[in-house]
Amino acid sequence: MSTPILLADYAHARAGDKGNTLSIAVFPFDDDHYAWLCRELTTERVRAQFAHRNPSTIQRYEVPGLKALNFVLEDTLEGGVNRSAGLDRHGKSLSYLLLAIELPKP
Amino acid sequence: MTKTIYVGCGAGFANDRPDAARSLALDLATRQGPRYLMFELLAERTLAETQMRRLADADTGYALRLFDFLDPVLDLCLDAGIPIITNGGAANPRAAARRLRKQLASGRHSTAKIACVLGDDLLEQGQTQWAPQPSDGRETVSINVYVGADGIVDALNEGADIVLCGRVSDPSLAVGAIRHGLGWAADDWDKMAIATATGHLLECCTQVTGGYFAHPGRKDVPNPANPGCPIAEISADGSVVIGKTEESGGCVTVRTVREQLLYEVHDPAAYLTPDVIMDLSAVTAQAVGPDRVAISGVRGHPRPDTLKGLVGLRGLWFGEGEISYAGPGALARAQLARDILRERFAQLAPDVSPWIDLSGVASVFNDHQGQYLDRQLSSAIALDDVRVRVGLLHADRDLINILLQDLESLYTNGPAGGGGVRRHISEALGTQDFRLPREAVPTTVEWF
Repeated sequence: MSTPILLADYAHARAGDKGNTLSIAVFPFDDDHYAWLCRELTTERVRAQFAHRNPSTIQRYEVPGLKALNFVLEDTLEGGVNRSAGLDRHGKSLSYLLLAIELPKP
Repeated sequence: MTKTIYVGCGAGFANDRPDAARSLALDLATRQGPRYLMFELLAERTLAETQMRRLADADTGYALRLFDFLDPVLDLCLDAGIPIITNGGAANPRAAARRLRKQLASGRHSTAKIACVLGDDLLEQGQTQWAPQPSDGRETVSINVYVGADGIVDALNEGADIVLCGRVSDPSLAVGAIRHGLGWAADDWDKMAIATATGHLLECCTQVTGGYFAHPGRKDVPNPANPGCPIAEISADGSVVIGKTEESGGCVTVRTVREQLLYEVHDPAAYLTPDVIMDLSAVTAQAVGPDRVAISGVRGHPRPDTLKGLVGLRGLWFGEGEISYAGPGALARAQLARDILRERFAQLAPDVSPWIDLSGVASVFNDHQGQYLDRQLSSAIALDDVRVRVGLLHADRDLINILLQDLESLYTNGPAGGGGVRRHISEALGTQDFRLPREAVPTTVEWF
């Protein structure tokens, strides 16, 4: 197997929060990599990356018109801006936890 | 020729920059056709905070910095006939209107028409039966409902120059302007979805023009210190182009638009707003010029029968304390400080569960149990500047204070060379959402 790549070198992402729910939309830099992203960036891979936050459910939506995957992770923000004692109570920085995932090269 | 209108957004949250809107207003003033300027100034917890200020003083309760945003653009917009629409009325739009009336009285715009859109505040109306009781001993301080664009449209149709709203949903600020400018029907669902997508792109202001976007070497942003405010051009045929203030910094690209289109969206096929269920499943974004991106393919479905309400809660306190260790053995000393704090806190307040980070090793990615931190520590290389951070959330402010004082006592009791202690406690306002029938929340317009 070839050396894995860092997702941040191939995609960009933005995170949003509503209550205790985290959403992250991720987009390949190159539109031609969308099929690769859909194949490799599975819900299971994301679950493993966020395991320490114990998401209760993870939904993955494909938005082909935007070449996007949208992940919705329930109960992942330690209570969110209402209830978290953490530093980033919104979870805004967590787009980069997703982008820290390693995947097989496209 | 197809009619085109312009909607600019001058703020994306209560603590946005007030200086960017002035050049936005100057730009809008040079354009032909109906133009509107919106300011989005509310977040989930802002209503609770503003309601508490209103309870203390009936002349307050609007967004704290509302006039920082309005003052620089007021004369410009009134001269050019650009209506201003904002949810910065927050918990007390009437008080904002009264202050504005007084402020305008002595100038050349003394007859400007100021409208308040009211009805979202269930506490004021005594309609508290719809809201859930706080389950955890917290106290309800506000109950507001996310209402749609109807009140804004009514106000603009009657000639409002300034529309002050409370908890109107963020994109509805633009939907109201677009319905007024293009005469779109409230039940033309595809059109309402197009207007909502436009509002969604505008509502976080510079988040669509290169703000919250730059990543050196991968996503570079020109003049990143001064991203321009966004301007949407909406045409009667349903076409939408997102641009920005002339000669400003930042950028509008397919990438910035894609990121913002899905920001805080869950199911892209069903984004619920008071005005419409927006369906982004077939949306596309295409560059049509420098810093100009068109969106198309937005579809709509009939608006929900229920509206979302938000209860603002108080009764919890949030404390944070920090201390740093640097130089040889910094990480080992910081880890020892963490161990000492855990032991001390367990002695002093066994029912309080502290969140502890070691900034430099793990902080924003960390979790309350510290599992992520422990994993990072197992592979951490020698770090020579580590900051220990403790976060505490509890109903007893005094108890939090005792624990933070104990953190400070690491100065004389803790590992060698600790420095730079900071600590603070603030009230942790919370929210809880609920849904209620649309019919229960009629909005009205009041003039000042």
